[in-house]
Amino acid sequence: MTTSKKTLSHLDWLEAEAIHILREVAGQCSNPVLLFSGGKDSLCILRLAEKAFRPGRFPFPLMHIDTGHNYQEVIHFRDQRASELGERLIVRSVEDSMKRGTVVLKTPDEPRNKHQSVTLLEAIEEFGFDCCIGGARRDEEKARAKERIMSFRDEFGQWDPKNQRPELWNLYNARSHKGENIRAFPISNWTEMDVWQYIERENLGLPSIYFAHNRDIIMRGGAMMPANVPLASGEVINVPKAGEEVINMQVRFRTVGDITCTAPVLSDADNVSKIVLETATTTITERGATRLDDQTSDASMEQRKKEGYF
Amino acid sequence: MSNQMQHNDSLLRFMTCGSVDDGKSTLIGRLLFDTKTILADTLTQISNTSKKRGMEAVDLSLLTDGLQAEREQGITIDVAYRYFSTGTRKYIIADAPGHEQYTRNMVTAASTANLAIILIDARKGVLTQTRRHSYLAHLVGIPHIVVAVNKMDLVNYDQAIYDKICADYLQFAEEIGLAAARDIRFIPMSALNGDMLVDRLDSMHWYAGETLLEMLEKAPAAHTEQSEQFRFPVQFVCRPHASADADLHDFRGFMGRIESGDIAVGDAVTVLPNGYQSKVKAIQLGEIQLQSAQTEQSITLLLEDEIDTSRGDMIVKTDEAPEPVKQIEAFVCWLSETPLSPARTYIVRHTTRESKAKIGAIQYKVDVNTLEQQPTTDLKMNDIARLTFKLAQPLMVDSYKTNRATGAFIVIDESTNNTVGAGMIV
Repeated sequence: MTTSKKTLSHLDWLEAEAIHILREVAGQCSNPVLLFSGGKDSLCILRLAEKAFRPGRFPFPLMHIDTGHNYQEVIHFRDQRASELGERLIVRSVEDSMKRGTVVLKTPDEPRNKHQSVTLLEAIEEFGFDCCIGGARRDEEKARAKERIMSFRDEFGQWDPKNQRPELWNLYNARSHKGENIRAFPISNWTEMDVWQYIERENLGLPSIYFAHNRDIIMRGGAMMPANVPLASGEVINVPKAGEEVINMQVRFRTVGDITCTAPVLSDADNVSKIVLETATTTITERGATRLDDQTSDASMEQRKKEGYF
Repeated sequence: MSNQMQHNDSLLRFMTCGSVDDGKSTLIGRLLFDTKTILADTLTQISNTSKKRGMEAVDLSLLTDGLQAEREQGITIDVAYRYFSTGTRKYIIADAPGHEQYTRNMVTAASTANLAIILIDARKGVLTQTRRHSYLAHLVGIPHIVVAVNKMDLVNYDQAIYDKICADYLQFAEEIGLAAARDIRFIPMSALNGDMLVDRLDSMHWYAGETLLEMLEKAPAAHTEQSEQFRFPVQFVCRPHASADADLHDFRGFMGRIESGDIAVGDAVTVLPNGYQSKVKAIQLGEIQLQSAQTEQSITLLLEDEIDTSRGDMIVKTDEAPEPVKQIEAFVCWLSETPLSPARTYIVRHTTRESKAKIGAIQYKVDVNTLEQQPTTDLKMNDIARLTFKLAQPLMVDSYKTNRATGAFIVIDESTNNTVGAGMIV
């Protein structure tokens, strides 16, 4: 045999690793689910799942935990993508948990991202899921840097950073007892840049708010917030308060989450290759710029993960 | 360096071995900083923390500061993964704590690394922990070792001190068989000042070798160095027979990742452990049809004949098929706080296959500091021992020395489902 073997490019390597992880979930778990928000990371995972399982159907349904505060563009895109793929989409909503009384907001306009944990755990119990596949990446946040690819959660959905299963080679252990749960992260080793390069290479469609567009913005708590955003329910949120000035700016979103805690960035990148360039030269981290929920304290992500968050 | 640099945009996984005192966090922080991986807001964050802790300069080691639980105790308790890219290569660093209590973490980090940076404090030379780190890197089969003699600024960049440390290390490396088996390189550096990491700087003109980053850029990625036999553990079988598309009614795709070797359409293959033979009809990656595929690619294999195959089987080339075995001898690192109990039955997971397993005999335990072999009847966390497992199901194994994928296994405790051991087949 010759030694002139080609080395896989980093994207090919990351893709092969992610496909392997998805197939391990399918092989080891009896009732997995893929969490799909319509965001860029979960869209990459859908593409990887196609490569992993076609021409068969996905061996898991898709599920979105909707805070009720999502951009309509993203929700439409989510539904459209699920129907193009012909895969089953389950939607469970934080607002239903609020109605049940299992989620209680401190203030009506409190960001709902962290409350997704409650609704997620309720859905896991409802369907008996033994594994949730998610798009979290280790480069996003320091509490994620130590996360396993197959991460064990106890009956309360808790992550115990001091007591994680050792994970060696590519021998993943996704075993769990009834009531316990595995969170699987196929793109753990991807960076924001890898995600954009993959989107470019695979020519993946994205919700329009990822691209530069003009939008009314208010400054709130030191961050740019989108103003007067209409929700699917007909309600309008982020209505300017007295003294808040509305400015129309060209922006895009680097991450897409709950409207009340996901801020856009100034940008004129209106296509994927411009975004790849912008990502290469940015001076601000992905979540640093845009996720108000991570900035509460040095350990806020770690805290939420211990409570069952993704 | 530019004319020798690889332009294949590949990926290298490496690990760093050392304790906090060796400047390991500073080394990683410096690599991330000098390759412009650190963005402004993170820098502001750590510079604020540095000030809060009363430091004058920005402490780059804070970049690898981990969890709240760790900050409270001032220690690192777990392997952390970090990322940077040079434009020609993407890097994944496994950052493992170096203390003796964390042997299991080092073994974990080493399992996926193709290169190890072993840090030595220039003032202290080769220490017990250096031997421990080197032995573990050797045991877990990391092919490339970079011995980084750090803190040269604290010994006046004295070449004689560096040369002495290199000689001491080589002598020890020869004793344990490391020198013969691995590619060992040496480099003097000051991670604090950034000497010889990304930039050469001015303080060590007597050193004409490569900078650390140059070594990293040229180190071969995994699986490119030796020819290996084709090993394809089946992860999942795709049978979309209920599909509306009539063409798919007989589709039977064997899905998996090529753990080693390569395969082409038309190759004669055998499915183990049953021994059925067939030929490769097609190779698919997503919607693309491939003529051949190589190590580390995740693909779907279609065979000429209808063969009953399921997860846990292994497809190999017919002329290089391993003999399924029901007993394995291995070095095992115990990972669990609950000691190994020789009376119990465990689960061994090897590739995509599992088998119940019982301990046959424990030959000896290795003292990771002195490398002495000691008789033992049990194994506690962080112990490494040579032992025999008797298996309920046959496994298709290679020796770890010839194949890091099919020579490795994990041990699972069925009562907790925890991963309690890591094994390397002799």
